[in-house]
Amino acid sequence: MTSKKKVEPIGGKPSDVEDLKVASNYLRGSLAEQLHNRVTGGLSELDNRLLKFHGSYMQDDRDLRKEREKQKLEPAFQFMLRVVTPGGVATPEQWLVIDELAQKYGNGTIRVTTRQAFQLHGVLKWNLKQTIKGINDTLLTTLAACGDVSRNVMCNPNPLQSKVHEEVYHWSKELTKHLAPRTPAYHEIWLDGEKLENPYKPYSEPADPVEPIYGHVYLPRKFKIGIAVPPSNDIDVYSQDLGFIAVVEKDQLVGFNVTVGGGMGMTHGDTNTYPQLGKVIGFITPDKTLELAEKVVTIQRDYGNRSVRKNARFKYTIDRHGLDWFKEELQDRLGWELAPAREFAFESSGDRYGWAKNYDGTWNVTLFVRSGRIADTEQEQLMTGLREIAKVLKGDFRLTANQNVMIGNIPAKQKAAINKLLKKYNISIGEELSGLRRNALSCVALPTCGLAMAEAERYLPTLLDKLEPILEKYGLRDSEINVRMTGCPNGCARPALGEISFIGKSPGKYNMYLGAGFAGERLNKMYKENIGEEEIIATLEPIIEHYAKDRKKGEHFGDFVIRAGYIKATTDGTNFHSA
Amino acid sequence: MYSLQLLVTNSPFSEEQLQHLNALLPTLTEAQIHWLSGYLAFYRNENTQGATLQALPVAEQAIGANSGIATVSGIAAVPNVAAVQVPKEATILFGSQTGNAQRLAGRLADRLKADGFDVTLSAMNKFKTNELKKAVHLFVLVSTHGEGDPPDNAISFYEFLHGKRAPELKHLKYSVLALGDTSYEFFCKTGQDFDQRLEELGAERLVGRVDCDVDYEEAASGWIQAVADKLSSASAAAAQPLQAAAAAAAATTEAPSAAVVYTRNKPFQAEVIESINLNGRGSDRETRHLELSLEGSGIAYEPGDALGIVPHNDPQLVAELIETLGWKASEQVTTKEGDVLTIEEALTTQYEITVLSKTLLEKFAPFSKNEQFNQLLTDSAKLREYAKGRDLLDLLNDYGPFTWQPSDVVNVLRKIPARLYSIASSIKAHPDEVHLTIRKVQYESHGRERNGVCSVYVSERLEVGDKVSVFVQSNPNFKLPASDETPIIMVGPGTGVAPFRAFMEEREEAGASGKSWLFFGDRHYVTDFLYQTDWQRMLNDGVLTKLEVAFSRDTEQKVYVQHRLLEHAAELYAWLEEGAHIYICGDEKHMAHDVHKALLQIVKEQRNVSEEAAAAYLNELQDAGRYQRDVY
Repeated sequence: MTSKKKVEPIGGKPSDVEDLKVASNYLRGSLAEQLHNRVTGGLSELDNRLLKFHGSYMQDDRDLRKEREKQKLEPAFQFMLRVVTPGGVATPEQWLVIDELAQKYGNGTIRVTTRQAFQLHGVLKWNLKQTIKGINDTLLTTLAACGDVSRNVMCNPNPLQSKVHEEVYHWSKELTKHLAPRTPAYHEIWLDGEKLENPYKPYSEPADPVEPIYGHVYLPRKFKIGIAVPPSNDIDVYSQDLGFIAVVEKDQLVGFNVTVGGGMGMTHGDTNTYPQLGKVIGFITPDKTLELAEKVVTIQRDYGNRSVRKNARFKYTIDRHGLDWFKEELQDRLGWELAPAREFAFESSGDRYGWAKNYDGTWNVTLFVRSGRIADTEQEQLMTGLREIAKVLKGDFRLTANQNVMIGNIPAKQKAAINKLLKKYNISIGEELSGLRRNALSCVALPTCGLAMAEAERYLPTLLDKLEPILEKYGLRDSEINVRMTGCPNGCARPALGEISFIGKSPGKYNMYLGAGFAGERLNKMYKENIGEEEIIATLEPIIEHYAKDRKKGEHFGDFVIRAGYIKATTDGTNFHSA
Repeated sequence: MYSLQLLVTNSPFSEEQLQHLNALLPTLTEAQIHWLSGYLAFYRNENTQGATLQALPVAEQAIGANSGIATVSGIAAVPNVAAVQVPKEATILFGSQTGNAQRLAGRLADRLKADGFDVTLSAMNKFKTNELKKAVHLFVLVSTHGEGDPPDNAISFYEFLHGKRAPELKHLKYSVLALGDTSYEFFCKTGQDFDQRLEELGAERLVGRVDCDVDYEEAASGWIQAVADKLSSASAAAAQPLQAAAAAAAATTEAPSAAVVYTRNKPFQAEVIESINLNGRGSDRETRHLELSLEGSGIAYEPGDALGIVPHNDPQLVAELIETLGWKASEQVTTKEGDVLTIEEALTTQYEITVLSKTLLEKFAPFSKNEQFNQLLTDSAKLREYAKGRDLLDLLNDYGPFTWQPSDVVNVLRKIPARLYSIASSIKAHPDEVHLTIRKVQYESHGRERNGVCSVYVSERLEVGDKVSVFVQSNPNFKLPASDETPIIMVGPGTGVAPFRAFMEEREEAGASGKSWLFFGDRHYVTDFLYQTDWQRMLNDGVLTKLEVAFSRDTEQKVYVQHRLLEHAAELYAWLEEGAHIYICGDEKHMAHDVHKALLQIVKEQRNVSEEAAAAYLNELQDAGRYQRDVY
């Protein structure tokens, strides 16, 4: 190895968020005080930014903004609460608590996020504390569900590899715990000071007495970690800042290939921002997982861009200084070298629906959840049904990275009973759905998300209703094509990895992207800019027709559009914007 | 030298008398005036004593014949009569919540002053009770509230007079004008109580009590006339009547003579310029923020005043009534004012059809042969029970048919009462505008959906661009402190917050430095926080110092404004001790009562005194005008 290049952090005037973090006294700010301000249901911009670290965003019902302004009412402020659920696993008891809180304090629905977390919407400021307390009482937390820290650690729910699941799930929990902020602020503000046990041994000399890993400034930006178990890339490992790809030999986890520097977010019209895929840097054995993660995080802490937030993600740090520099820096900090990466192959990034048998004779079943929204509708009493199942279930629940729910570890004796409940409440296990709908993903967007420029969750089903007859017409009803829609380019539904993607520009208008890899191994590229429904359909129909006629056996839609010359392949995030 | 013209409107004389007086007076010399005033005083005095003055026929005749200056002035034989003095005193006390009684008291005072009386005009709580001994004539004008309760500024006097310390009043002549609303069970009760009590204390009734309904104008004017007439014929002439008359006339001319005074009977047609539902989506309430244009009216008002709206009845209810009666909507009737309207118009715009009262039901007796109805009329308890929550249509359905005809409507139904709403704006902040805060009232009673007459008229039928009949009802008993520096505490849950918007806008316009503290409450924070962004802006700008809110349906335990008052007991008491004025506006039955109890508790605990002492503290505040209420 050559001698290490001397690299200085990028520097520049720290952004206002950086100032805020410094001034916040380890995430306290004036949150405690502002929660008691009864004159407004909202928080100041500064406190709202701090609140994210505590797992909540202030939002408002954007449908009502204008109307309420005229009525001399402030926006209908409400809070989204995100629950850290490592690997998306929840016990039936936890499920019932979340369900009850959603009904009592939330808007009566639960959102399954694309990062396997629960989200409650519509919580009023004065109910935040009660709700957060309820979540903590059931041994879950909202701390670090959002904010410039490591987020909920994802892992594959493994419907077909139940034994490996136990092991990767263990590491997703350990990673979440190890990288959680240590500030007592959370407990002071929400839990009346009571602190839960969280033993922690840092892998380096603690420089900061309160936050040994993060320091008082925390990270420059959010940090995402996920563990994939091939052949499924359901967690989109390449989209993670830090990814672990499980290497399994004889049903045993032997270690992980490590990826670094992936991420979805970008800004419309700014080519200095782009989605990027993580790169594999080597292999580690499981016992090195926490140490490696901690060191990777500290590199981003020290070298990330703290001046320009939209260039602060880890992917830009790596692209700026180069992968070689990063590997060296990491090796310096670890004091050891990663082993060469092992062979692996992904087949898809979607979920496998329906029933499957586990190694120990228990069963699991993956349910289809439309846009991740757990609610009762006329066709399907999903929320009620899952509540009734939770009351009797002797297994667990797993939120998937594709916003679905898997019921795991169902004793063989209970299988029939659970199936009966699923039927009773008309809950879909995806069988009757088109291949497009089974592989559809959307973020929350309007009316609650403050970033949304267009609809996503509320609109995607309508668009699919119009695309399905076309697929049917050309005999592609069951073809697995993944389609993603987000209301803005920040990437919550990982839109740069959709074979067909829509990123919102303005109400009713989207940029349309084509050509991502079905297994999440290639980014897509913009095909049409700023188009509405009519043009979306008019554009897609001939391509679909062409695909139906000319596709090779097993060829995915994302690969076909490249071969057929509709679009050039994006080989790296840095050429995402070039035609 | 007396350049001013006596008119029918500013003097007690008839047109014919005035012709003579106005012809004569400008020609008089100073000496002649002096002589004449003394002469008249003597003349009246003697006349009422039953004595005869020789010059009388001459003088009378002389004036009557318009030939008399020489004749009158020719009587030089009574140079000393000007020295004859007799008691011409009148004490006028009012107890008023909304200002009606106070205004009428002012009118009586002006009238008696013009007649040469030495008038003491006072709110009951401002009147020193030992002055009663000196009083010769006492006139009581008082309204009745809620369940037969006296208005706030009448309470202390009422209690004094009904208590053991009440003096014997054999020297006193009196009369009572009672204001009320026949749709309430205890109609004019406070006035009746005063009337009876004064009699018990030995006072002599000068003129019989008059009980006025909401449409009081005619009855009240009649009473004022009767009182003035009786006094004129019963008491001595003034020593200097002309000066008194001149003073009264001067006072009248000082009033804004250019502006037309708009009243219940002569309302201004104000255009609706904005109508917004202040309750957010999902609320079980609907509160209208109504902005009306006063352009061209010259109407002025002050924070704390109310605006009267003369509403229209629900056209659908009118149609149902006409159908039930089997009348023709186009049939014409002539109102007492002489207007010719179709019966449909008359029932929509002129008469009250939504309230039954004992008085009204009794008026229906001649039109019914229904045994059960006649039976009902004989049992006044049952009658009241029946009247509660029912309307004219119920009556027709339950006891009809009645034989009344469209022409009978004018005599049977009372005029539709105006609804008073506390004004929610400062005219300084919104020139030529007046804002109101009106909550829609809808409920079910006896199997039918009922609509609040005015609130539903405003919420559902008035649109921007429409005109509505309005007049200002001043309320001198709900006013900002004289000084801008005086701290104010305002308790106004629900629509009770309206006048406080006016208060704060006024203080904002004035750049007032006094601290202010608002207590607001309603059901739900998200949808029912009336004028939320206005308050937030005022807080931000430092116009409003503090704001406490209580939303009763957001928490398991219901929280109301009185709880917030109690939570801030020490600070609130400190404000009072600093001289703060406290204002309560809104629902009387529950809120005002609970808030008063909370204040009692706060004073009791903070001063560490007995309940009685705390009550006395609050009474003192009330008497000093530092604890004012506008409750309904």
